[in-house]
Amino acid sequence: MSDPIHSLSLKKLRDGIHAGNFSVMEATDAYLERIANFNEELNAFITVTRDSAQAQAVEIDNRIRKGELDGAMAGLPYALKDLFCSKDVLTTCGSNMLRNFVSPYDAHVAERLKAAGGVLLGKNNMDEFAMGSSNETSAFGNVRNPWDTDCVPGGSSGGGAATVAARLAPVALGSDTGGSIRQPASFCNITGIKPTYGRISRYGMIAFASSLDQCGPMAPSAEDCAITLNVIAGLDARDSTSVDRPVPDYTATLNDSIDGLKIGLPKEFFAEGLNPQVGAVIERAIKEFEARGAIIKEVTLPNSHLAVPVYYVVAPAECSSNLSRFDGVRFGHRCENPQDLKDLYERSRWEGFGAEVKRRIMIGTYALSAGYYDAYYLKAQKIRRLIQQDFAEAFKDVDVIMGPSAPTTAFKLGAKKDDPIAMYLEDLYTIPVSLAGLPGMTFPIGFAADGLPVGMQLVGNYFEEARMLNIAHQYQLSTDWHTQVPAKFA
Amino acid sequence: MAISEAEVRKVAHLARLAMTEDSVEAYTRNLSNILDLVAQMEAVDTDGVVPMAHPLDMTQRLREDVVTETNHREAYQAVAPETEDGLYLVPKVIE
Repeated sequence: MSDPIHSLSLKKLRDGIHAGNFSVMEATDAYLERIANFNEELNAFITVTRDSAQAQAVEIDNRIRKGELDGAMAGLPYALKDLFCSKDVLTTCGSNMLRNFVSPYDAHVAERLKAAGGVLLGKNNMDEFAMGSSNETSAFGNVRNPWDTDCVPGGSSGGGAATVAARLAPVALGSDTGGSIRQPASFCNITGIKPTYGRISRYGMIAFASSLDQCGPMAPSAEDCAITLNVIAGLDARDSTSVDRPVPDYTATLNDSIDGLKIGLPKEFFAEGLNPQVGAVIERAIKEFEARGAIIKEVTLPNSHLAVPVYYVVAPAECSSNLSRFDGVRFGHRCENPQDLKDLYERSRWEGFGAEVKRRIMIGTYALSAGYYDAYYLKAQKIRRLIQQDFAEAFKDVDVIMGPSAPTTAFKLGAKKDDPIAMYLEDLYTIPVSLAGLPGMTFPIGFAADGLPVGMQLVGNYFEEARMLNIAHQYQLSTDWHTQVPAKFA
Repeated sequence: MAISEAEVRKVAHLARLAMTEDSVEAYTRNLSNILDLVAQMEAVDTDGVVPMAHPLDMTQRLREDVVTETNHREAYQAVAPETEDGLYLVPKVIE
């Protein structure tokens, strides 16, 4: 008997379709059936686009048969985090503010995947406006981690991580502002990459903190991520921060040798705060790289302990500015019977946003208010430079940096819900990378003593995504952590 | 507390949030905790450090000054809470 469709990599799915082993419709239906069976338990999707997926599948089957489509993602099902605008599809951003928002246009990445012949299965649950590290701030209920349904999947791209971990889609797009791809991918035993800031257009990706937000793929393997990144990376005039720089074929270098690779371990990432169970798994994986000929060096990022404080000025400041667009006038929630314009704004926003979003808007508004700008935003931007310089120094000695993606494994639902600071510290190791604008990824390296997955964070220099994917792929060629699926979802 | 209840009320107003009276205490506590975390920045010597606005120190890309957007008024207004004759409706602003 051949392998079930949901166990196939993107490459094998594509090849199976093109060889005529199964149709796009069969692949699409296989995933839709899994979503129908498992989503109620996981709550990983806010919207399932069953009808449009089946219609797209028919059309793409025809186009492939006629020879009009033969790209690497032709016919492949995928899911989108619900902050990517999808034309004629509900796009909520996990918020009551956008509970009824049917987007009139497609995000750049949605356009790219459509043009490549992908089939949209649905929109993934997420922390409201991507603000959270557990997916518990969603207005559409929390997502459950397929590895232990009493645990969180991480956040903010928790829906996408759970979706891929349970194989309800072969790939999902997430977004990462301070760790929102890497931390949930780590909690759910999948691979995820946040490329260099500017590598992928943010057009149509609902903004949280514009100087940090970046889209990226989440999938079982580095190869799957490389295939997806090939489709979505590159210049887009509609995002002025999108970088005008050629996009390499990320799959072409996956098999390059990693002999002599110089790996830096930041001593600050192995200090107090790291759960020893997680540390033990990380150290074992580092030894595996060493056994394969990598050279391990200690590096230092002396300002990295300041990253979380800096982030909680920069991100809320940008969020308070970005989210001022939600005014109850042009789109989104509007309060009942507004007495005057001020009442319309104030009640629509108070009712539409959840508590964490309102906290961040207020912190940002406070930090940017008259008299405080120098002490908060300007100071934070200066320390951000120091954090970036730490990485620049480290990259003089090493090719890549490795360390934990998160200080813990997935925690229990509700464990940190009422303690914002404890939640913020979840992103201790991912935030410095985001502030520097560097590419960061995570890939599965095993399970801690509590039975939950651990991800290795891999940080490259600017635009070194191909090298990072190559390193993770080489690791995955000789390990099977990334192919493991919770028994219930196998 | 790093921020007072009066300041929280003022910030809520600046952010156009109709904060309810029974929420003030909890927001004051949470915002104070966040500001305490942020206060770690104060001890850092940043004299002479250039603020980082963009990780790649790019310059703004310019484009030709030509019309690129077509008219999507109907599609965009279809998602508005209230419109009339192609205009957005809001409560009366001028008496």
